[in-house]
Amino acid sequence: MLPLSGERSDAKGIVCDKSSSGDVLRGTSTLKRGFAHMLKNGVVMDVTNVEQAQIAEEAGAVSVMVLDKLPSDVRKAGGVARTASIRIIEEIMSSVTIPVMAKCRIGHVYEARVLEETNVDMIDESEVLTPADETHHIWKWDFTTPFVNGARSLAEALRRIEEGAAMIRTKGEPGTGNVAEAVTHIKKVNDELRAIKAIYDSGDNQDLVRMAREFKVSYDIVEETAKLGRLPVVNFAAGGIATPADAAYLMSLGCDGIFVGSGIFNATDAKERARSIVLATTFWNEPEKVKEAQKMIDERQSMLGLDVKTLELRMQERGSSA
Amino acid sequence: MSINVGILAIQGDVQENIDATKRAVTELGLDGNVIPVKTPEEISSLDGLIIPGGESTTIGHLSLVNSSLKKIKEKIEKGMPVLGICAGMIMLSKTAADRIIGKTDQPLLEFLDIKLERNSFGRQRDSFQADISMDSIDIPVFNGVFIRAPSVSDVGSGVQILSKFNDKIVAVKQGNIIGTAFHPELTQDTSLHKYFVNLISTSKN
Repeated sequence: MLPLSGERSDAKGIVCDKSSSGDVLRGTSTLKRGFAHMLKNGVVMDVTNVEQAQIAEEAGAVSVMVLDKLPSDVRKAGGVARTASIRIIEEIMSSVTIPVMAKCRIGHVYEARVLEETNVDMIDESEVLTPADETHHIWKWDFTTPFVNGARSLAEALRRIEEGAAMIRTKGEPGTGNVAEAVTHIKKVNDELRAIKAIYDSGDNQDLVRMAREFKVSYDIVEETAKLGRLPVVNFAAGGIATPADAAYLMSLGCDGIFVGSGIFNATDAKERARSIVLATTFWNEPEKVKEAQKMIDERQSMLGLDVKTLELRMQERGSSA
Repeated sequence: MSINVGILAIQGDVQENIDATKRAVTELGLDGNVIPVKTPEEISSLDGLIIPGGESTTIGHLSLVNSSLKKIKEKIEKGMPVLGICAGMIMLSKTAADRIIGKTDQPLLEFLDIKLERNSFGRQRDSFQADISMDSIDIPVFNGVFIRAPSVSDVGSGVQILSKFNDKIVAVKQGNIIGTAFHPELTQDTSLHKYFVNLISTSKN
């Protein structure tokens, strides 16, 4: 049984087809959130071509995320970052058996429509690309395809879930090879979850109303989340993960799984690194296995990385206030 | 008598299966431990195992790493009941091929004498919920949650077909081995988990 907090049962993305064996429903919250549950304890890897996607699949990735450029290259290139070429997404979809995700710009309803028609398995409404709407995210209930969104606080996560996100990931600071921001965001979400759980356990409904106003979400979703003591959808870590130890650390903080962006294919030992990050994610609570995984990579081949304090572009701030 | 039920905790929706199995054990009034298992040692103490939904390529490759795949094989050969859900059914099958990509070299346990088609109903947008029935095990109506689900295109003579949907085989049983293309752990209905827990309890006696 899945938590369905915040669900809109009248969503336009829910489709009812007739079949000889009876009614068939598609796009329900159980199917969208359920899909994300199947990815748990796994690694989703950013890829830009078929070769990288196949390396990811062989390494044991649970899914691949198709981009035009890896986040660190988006940073270098500047300009407007848009959704990836459909032709490349389709090539990747026909060469791996694992699910294929792709990113669209925040608020860009029609990049999302195009990705849905391409039949990708999940759409990431992502701050790595240049936002198309500064005040609105996509109303994701209108889609049959599930969405994942970034968040760096509980308020942001719940706002995205109320808009229809079926999965949340921390934002971190993409393309830096620096895990610090992802660590901060997951700890913040965990602290805030503990705080509302304590309010719920104390029976102080007035204080929960205050939290709902502060978060700019409905009372119901705050109450249900407080009761659960965790997000009502799967929550992955993302942003700056570059080594097996990074992945294991974030799993130990209570993440359900890992997204790796530039960390693998910007390293010069991509194959070993992909495999080692998968191993560390699976066996994160067995330090000797994480050590074996860490031994598979060479720090001299890690991406150089960036100090978050010196960045001119902070991708994590995109879409945060909406 | 207490039974030990394990949920293979390599990757996938482990917690949902723990919750559903615990509820099933309670509703049946049985005495049972339900635990996530990962290592060969943990697996060796089990009376029954559920291989949950997830990515079958990931679960296969990673359960090879720490020899848990080998241990599972030994236990099933000795008659331990096992329920494979979606990715779990793929793992239990003798042959599996993707609908689009064809055959891959993913590790399989090769017990269920079935021909299995991965991603048989299409991609995530085609994932669906629909009522099915498993009359032969007294579950007349069950809400099937199919997520990028496989189906069975052919079965050997020792395999019982438990359910079909639109002419595709979606649940099978061969001795103490059950495979389903859909996810009973994502619904409130515990009837299939109860059937499996009963099977474990009977086979231990």
